[in-house]
Amino acid sequence: MPDLLDREIRTALRVDGDERLARAELRRQIGRLEAQLGSLFADAFPRLRIDAGVAAVSNEPRALGLGDLEAVRDSLAMRIGDARRQLQERGELETRNRELLGRMLTAPAEHKWLRISRADVGEPGCGHWHSRPRLGPLGMLMGWWRVRVSSGCPLSGRLAAVERER
Amino acid sequence: MGAGAADSEPGWEPSSTLGWVAPHVAAEFPGLGISWIEIDGRPGRSPEPVERRLGETSNRFYGAHAIHMRERPIPWAYRVFFRQIGLDPDRTRTPVEQLALDRLQDGGFKTRGLPADALTIATVETGIALRAFDAERLDGALCIRDSAPGESLEGRPGELSHGTLVIADERAPAGLLFGATGEGRGVGRGTRRIAIAAVQVDGVPQIAVDEALWMVATTLAV
Repeated sequence: MPDLLDREIRTALRVDGDERLARAELRRQIGRLEAQLGSLFADAFPRLRIDAGVAAVSNEPRALGLGDLEAVRDSLAMRIGDARRQLQERGELETRNRELLGRMLTAPAEHKWLRISRADVGEPGCGHWHSRPRLGPLGMLMGWWRVRVSSGCPLSGRLAAVERER
Repeated sequence: MGAGAADSEPGWEPSSTLGWVAPHVAAEFPGLGISWIEIDGRPGRSPEPVERRLGETSNRFYGAHAIHMRERPIPWAYRVFFRQIGLDPDRTRTPVEQLALDRLQDGGFKTRGLPADALTIATVETGIALRAFDAERLDGALCIRDSAPGESLEGRPGELSHGTLVIADERAPAGLLFGATGEGRGVGRGTRRIAIAAVQVDGVPQIAVDEALWMVATTLAV
């Protein structure tokens, strides 16, 4: 009973209880941030490779203390911030490229030899738009420019045939 | 390889045993648990039906599955737990993510014999983290606890740092939680009885754990 009245021990007990709650809250935050990072990772693929890595704070599995949990939480939050910024920058670049593609389709002669891939405008698959002269050198001299659209990804059958030839 | 004669009878259903978690570890990680089943059997080449099923599992698994895996509840729960115990799941992969990576790199789930193929099928189907031990080398019930001062993992030099989370029997650690297995504790040539352990973390429903263990048991019984 005298121990219970000891002020230092009571404080220590309360701190321990508070720390456990704090650790639980940090673990909850880590779970929420991990979900956000996973969602960003999936949204960005394959346009952008999001770095979801957060350095391990331990070589072996262990119950982390407050400081380590905070470090993991903060690193995750930083990763999410970086990922959002990269996604936004990528989105802006793709928007600019789509606008450029629109101008190129309208006036190919003003965008000579310009080549824009589907990846550049955030579309899946292979292929590109290429501003080229009709009839080669003659078209260049005459100013007959047009946009050629590539036929897309090579067919798997053709790739297999190439492999067989090797 | 197959389950014991009695186990193979029609209507047989494997019953899992619930292990325990050290109270202070359970207080830190609510939802953490371990269940296991024991099956008579030896390691060896997978029979044709198991290899076929492994192939079918490969054919149903695409790159998109791997990309969106971390958004699914069970793989997400293991990723979160890895973060919470100080591991980086992009370096030390969760079991299901490691299998997904192997699938993409190898072009399919390569057969590694039994019981590994059974664990692969069940892990990919359910997302549950499974481990195989030599049941005859286990002493009593399995548990998850932190290592005591001076404890070590068999076959590994040096002591475990105090507080390392381990899967242990009543004698000593049998393996790190999501890490190396102690030497002689895993399934080897001399194994006659296999213990399959499932590690459950917060957010993983018990029914998924039961399903994973059932899937392994029925695959090993082929």
